[in-house]
Amino acid sequence: MSDLIKFVEAQNSPKKEDSSLFSPGDTINVHYKIKEGSKERIQQFQGVVLQIKNRNSSGETFTVRKISNGIAVERIFPSGSPNIDKIEVMRRGKVRRAKLYYLRDLKGKAARIKDKI
Amino acid sequence: MPGLIGKKVGMTNIYNEAGKSIACTLVEAGPCVVTQVKNVDSDGYRAVQLAYDDKKEKNTSKAEKGHYAKAGSPPKKYQVEFRDFRSEFDDKVALGKEINIADVFQVNDFVDAVGTTKGKGFQGVVKRHNFAGVGQATHGQHNRLRAPGSIGAASFPSRVFKGMRMAGRMGGGRKKILNLRVMKIYPEKNLILISGSIPGAKNSYVILEK
Repeated sequence: MSDLIKFVEAQNSPKKEDSSLFSPGDTINVHYKIKEGSKERIQQFQGVVLQIKNRNSSGETFTVRKISNGIAVERIFPSGSPNIDKIEVMRRGKVRRAKLYYLRDLKGKAARIKDKI
Repeated sequence: MPGLIGKKVGMTNIYNEAGKSIACTLVEAGPCVVTQVKNVDSDGYRAVQLAYDDKKEKNTSKAEKGHYAKAGSPPKKYQVEFRDFRSEFDDKVALGKEINIADVFQVNDFVDAVGTTKGKGFQGVVKRHNFAGVGQATHGQHNRLRAPGSIGAASFPSRVFKGMRMAGRMGGGRKKILNLRVMKIYPEKNLILISGSIPGAKNSYVILEK
């Protein structure tokens, strides 16, 4: 990437350590600000990080997957979004891949991820 | 209209107050040198010729050298004439003066961007003219998935009308995109961040008009 683009991205995104805090396989809790009319509230979304895309650029996103009432939900968050209030890391998972697409085909016990020791 | 010449650097995104990601193009624009000022008396119309991007003396013809020597500037690679550079700039616009990004553009201005689109080579009608193609792969389609279909009737008019859209060379031409918003300006690095995309490859010349 061009140095000039890096310069502009550094100017526009306040230095966040968020994305380096977690990696695919971790279970995280994303506190996301939601505006309803003039009111603002915080919604939590807890699940396993499937992937982190476009790392170290301002277009970086991460995908979080959770099972909600038996239905799998995946949500993609832009890492630089000002609407992310905070991210908590609940568990560190031990995985051998950067993209955990295989989890989509697994259910129940098989879809567990071992803890990192 | 006032404007500036620049080079496309690449694309990135920024977030607005609502937290929405906006795709932006970064352009390195200016400083441009005024190499000629045309006025009604001598040329019949008002215009300003700007030049951008240094080039080597040995790659410059004698005629060009003379032209740049008049402006007292080193030879440049690219020059563009802007008609009716508005009168508010008149004190800044004089032969040999440098025009910078902050002189012309401000944040939230709307600009038009002119560039040379990327050449796509010989393309069929689906890509070149947004034809829909056949739309079905089965039901008797053999090799006609992206074919143009009929190009006209038979014995009357016995010819194909001019301008009929067909396959051919695509891209590589001048294209202007209107009304793009200026998001950010970094005068110290001659950078301007414009929302949306701009035609052309990275490092290609871009003309920004206000």
